[in-house]
Amino acid sequence: VCTSRFWFNYRHVANTLSVYRSVKRLGIPDSHIVLMLADDMACNPRNPKPATVFSHKNMELNVYGDDVEVDYRSYEVTVENFLRVLTGRIPPSTPRSKRLLSDDRSNILIYMTGHGGNGFLKFQDSEEITNVELADAFEQMWQKRRYNELLFIIDTCQGASMYERFYSPNIMALASSQVGEDSLSHQPDLGIGVHLMDRYTFYVLEFLEEIHPASQTNMNDLFQVCPKSLCVSTPGHRTDLFQRDPQNVLITDFFGSVRKVEITTETISLDRDLAVFESKLPKDELATEPLKYAEQLPVAQIIHQKPKQKDWHPPGGFILGLWALIIMVFFKTYGIKHMKHIF
Amino acid sequence: MLPSGKETSRRKGEQTTAGRAERGSHAGDGCSPCRVLVQGKALQGTPGEGLWLVAPAVRRLVFDPSRSRFPLLPLLAQPAQGERGCWSRQRRNHEEPSGSPPQNGRPRSQPGGSRCQMLALGRARARPGRLFPRSRRGAGSRPAPRSRSSARRPRQRKTLRPRAGPGLRRRVSMATPEAAAIGRKRKPAEGREGAGMAAVLPLLLLLAAAGPGRARRDALREELLLSPLPAGDVAATFQFRTRWDADLPRGAVSHYRLFPKALGRLVAALGVRELHLALTQGFWRTRAWGQPPLQAPAGAELWVWFQPTVTDVDKAWKELSNILSGIFCASLNFIDSTNTVTPTASFKPLGLANGTDHHLLRYAVLPREVVCTENLTPWKKLLPCGSKAGLAVLLKAERLFHSSYHSQAVHIRPICRDASCLAVSWELRQTLTVVFDTFSSGQGKKDWSLFKMFSRTLTDACPLASQSKVYVDISPKNKEKELLEVTPPPTSVHEAIVQGDERTYAVYDLLSPSLFNTSRSLNVQLKWKRPQDSSELPTPILHAQRYVSGYGLQTGEISTLIYNTHPYRAFPVILLETVPWYLRLYVHTLTIITKGKENKPSYIHYQPAQDRRRPHLLEMLIQLPANSVTKITIQFERALLKWTEYTPDPNHGFYISSSVLSALVPSVIAMKDVDVEQSPLFTSLFPSSDGSSYFMRLYTEPLLVNLPTPDFSMPYNVICLTCTVVAVCYGSFYNLLTRTFHVEEPSRGGLAKRLANIIRKFRGVPPL
Repeated sequence: VCTSRFWFNYRHVANTLSVYRSVKRLGIPDSHIVLMLADDMACNPRNPKPATVFSHKNMELNVYGDDVEVDYRSYEVTVENFLRVLTGRIPPSTPRSKRLLSDDRSNILIYMTGHGGNGFLKFQDSEEITNVELADAFEQMWQKRRYNELLFIIDTCQGASMYERFYSPNIMALASSQVGEDSLSHQPDLGIGVHLMDRYTFYVLEFLEEIHPASQTNMNDLFQVCPKSLCVSTPGHRTDLFQRDPQNVLITDFFGSVRKVEITTETISLDRDLAVFESKLPKDELATEPLKYAEQLPVAQIIHQKPKQKDWHPPGGFILGLWALIIMVFFKTYGIKHMKHIF
Repeated sequence: MLPSGKETSRRKGEQTTAGRAERGSHAGDGCSPCRVLVQGKALQGTPGEGLWLVAPAVRRLVFDPSRSRFPLLPLLAQPAQGERGCWSRQRRNHEEPSGSPPQNGRPRSQPGGSRCQMLALGRARARPGRLFPRSRRGAGSRPAPRSRSSARRPRQRKTLRPRAGPGLRRRVSMATPEAAAIGRKRKPAEGREGAGMAAVLPLLLLLAAAGPGRARRDALREELLLSPLPAGDVAATFQFRTRWDADLPRGAVSHYRLFPKALGRLVAALGVRELHLALTQGFWRTRAWGQPPLQAPAGAELWVWFQPTVTDVDKAWKELSNILSGIFCASLNFIDSTNTVTPTASFKPLGLANGTDHHLLRYAVLPREVVCTENLTPWKKLLPCGSKAGLAVLLKAERLFHSSYHSQAVHIRPICRDASCLAVSWELRQTLTVVFDTFSSGQGKKDWSLFKMFSRTLTDACPLASQSKVYVDISPKNKEKELLEVTPPPTSVHEAIVQGDERTYAVYDLLSPSLFNTSRSLNVQLKWKRPQDSSELPTPILHAQRYVSGYGLQTGEISTLIYNTHPYRAFPVILLETVPWYLRLYVHTLTIITKGKENKPSYIHYQPAQDRRRPHLLEMLIQLPANSVTKITIQFERALLKWTEYTPDPNHGFYISSSVLSALVPSVIAMKDVDVEQSPLFTSLFPSSDGSSYFMRLYTEPLLVNLPTPDFSMPYNVICLTCTVVAVCYGSFYNLLTRTFHVEEPSRGGLAKRLANIIRKFRGVPPL
């Protein structure tokens, strides 16, 4: 999730996309990733190289790629939508790509970046999510059995404040800075005109680029990834809710997915006889008279089309007659001498 | 596809019979094609040759790339694996090193084959009553005796469904005779091979006659049109058309080949008659670039005709926009009643339609929608070849979005299947238009090439396409001077009347083998021989512009200018204007002025807005006199939004979507009736009515309007201040009023105080 709007927050989009790129490279398909970007940096008119987002000064790594799929973008990235995705309380017609279809055997990685403060994270510069709300959402997820283990990473100022209220089990949390510290940006670029990345995510990406699906690197290595000398801020982590020892938790438990492929030696002939198959289809019905294309601008038809009268009105003469009747009855009853009561 | 309970039980039964058959025949662990052949042949009484004849056919049936339902699978699969497996396994199982394994899947030596057959024949003999009628029925003779096997008939049908395990073998067995027929039809030369063929021949011929009805039912055409624009830019229009001869909306179709399943099921499930979705960035400058082949408004545009059977159109529309937002990664879920309209005259179905009741139409535009790689990716995935082969290799995001105009669209509509037009085919058209500014990127030269524009060249056509062509517009401005030249020389030259004008196109047919003879890739280049004098830009017959005027944040005015530059002919135009509810239109201020006089529209439809529920809709049919400018103005007032209704960046402004101009433009040259299937795709989207005029749809600029925006820190300040006041004033009052007061007993103080008071009493001074 990238929660920041506007061009000068380019680095937050690059942060999110670099994590997206890493998990995708490690085998998680787009259908299992919900990517939220609060603004469109790649095709922003200010971007000198459209359709690219770079994470490195010498422009060697285009984290946007050529086959990115953004699920929630621009105005759709709101606190409400974010919490709805987490808790699964989504309108029924929401497409699959916009849902978090997880169950009690899913490991979830949540990465967030944006501008934050002590106990909150700003969305789109107009609303905030607080650490209490986030903790409650995670608890609801736990009660609904929406995750098995959850890794929460946040790269924002005072990031540690966002995870200190968590109380649900099996959550491991990482933050780029402690309470009272700022997370700092990295990689200023003169061509693009803004900073390209944040320090913490930059080193996390550098670390993740070394990972391959079979690597045995564990979470302790991830905790060490950005010492204070590089990050300037002090990255924090919290493991007391987590059941397993971080030393035994592989990075690929959260960042990668390896699907088992069984190789069979048996011969399977994939014969779907198309001819027979198609003959099963019902015969298309033939119209009795030739079908026609509609005329694109039927001027005469348009001019003469009647507007639909929805509510019925009594004709004008009827109403006039009714009034005349009322007045006549009135005069018959009271006569002309009672007119003085009227005037 | 989950089998029902009945099916499962049937399948179980079948498995057991299959198992029994296996045990009975000692056929080893199943190698399907082998047994199949034999089964199919057994009744013909000519086992020896049968294998020869049928084996290649089955192999083709199984692995023929063009017949497989998974188009790209054959590239991965090993051909003739089944057969080879059969042979080797036979040998291994029975320690009989007789026949050498067949080369290229074609058996060369008899003994192994007969062995294989004999085994299966034994099985066939074991249950003759069962095999005989089935195989005959499979062979296509319909009035077969079904005294014993009538109960099995549905099972045979069912075997055609995808399934693993023993069912596979049985399925193949069903297909065999027909496969033989197909193989026969394709390679008639094979028939000479066997003497036993004579017995089979009539049967095969019979089948072959039934065959052609099962021709390919879907076809793909791809096309790229490159046209240099008058102002020096180059427009590239890709069109990919998938045509499918099937009745989609009745839900009878579950087998998708070229047509993308996601869209096909959408059309079937929601009762869509016609769907047009366009995602666009940039604005087509009609005045400088000429008339567009297919324009779209900036942002996202979606208009859909539903089937008359759809009862709740609004619900289907909402669902459809949500699903499309998932497919195309766009925020189409923002389409709701506040930006949806039902035009009465502007949009007519582009495909076949028996009625044009506009209550089945919904139209919405999201002018703020950005278009980027994430929209292109799913669009490319809908193509049968993806972006791996054919023209689609040129579609690289970093080049396509480095352009002045980018528009990608999906059009689904029903079309005529043939000239008699008695049946419906479905057409999916994916179009993508890009305009490259070659003038500024090429240092003032207007020459261009495919490589310069796309940083790729073409190497082949999409293998699934039945037509793949590149058209380059080389129509001369005036006949005497040859201005430009294209390299390499085109395969042919095509002349067509497009938008009322005669045009010449150089055609490169990517399917013609001669094209890639000399070089492995095609890099179309165009060079201007002499600099073009830019003074004589041809003005298009119809173009329009629109702007907002006025000052202040309360009122304003929308003005639209429509130009008709035709020297002597007037023509009608329908203007559709959709304005969001927060701009309150004053309809009494609507003026239409042409040449200083009021121009009364012959049809006007106005639907006022309802706050937070629906937008304004204004449709007018205006007659444009020859050589005239028509100015349409309407005033509006800005409404105040609620605090939470503002976007996160309200100071950017609010967009008003483009207005739509639909016109019947008189053409310079009378158009001839051409066969739609034969003519290039870019000419055949709008069905042409008559020869003297052509239909065109233009979009004006979207407008950006500032609304009165509050200072969003003010509510915060107000809240803080109010809270302080409440806390201090009300709190203290409340405290004062609810507190109970006790008079405290004066304590007598400590010892020192008491002593002091005694002393004071003595002194006559009041106590402390």
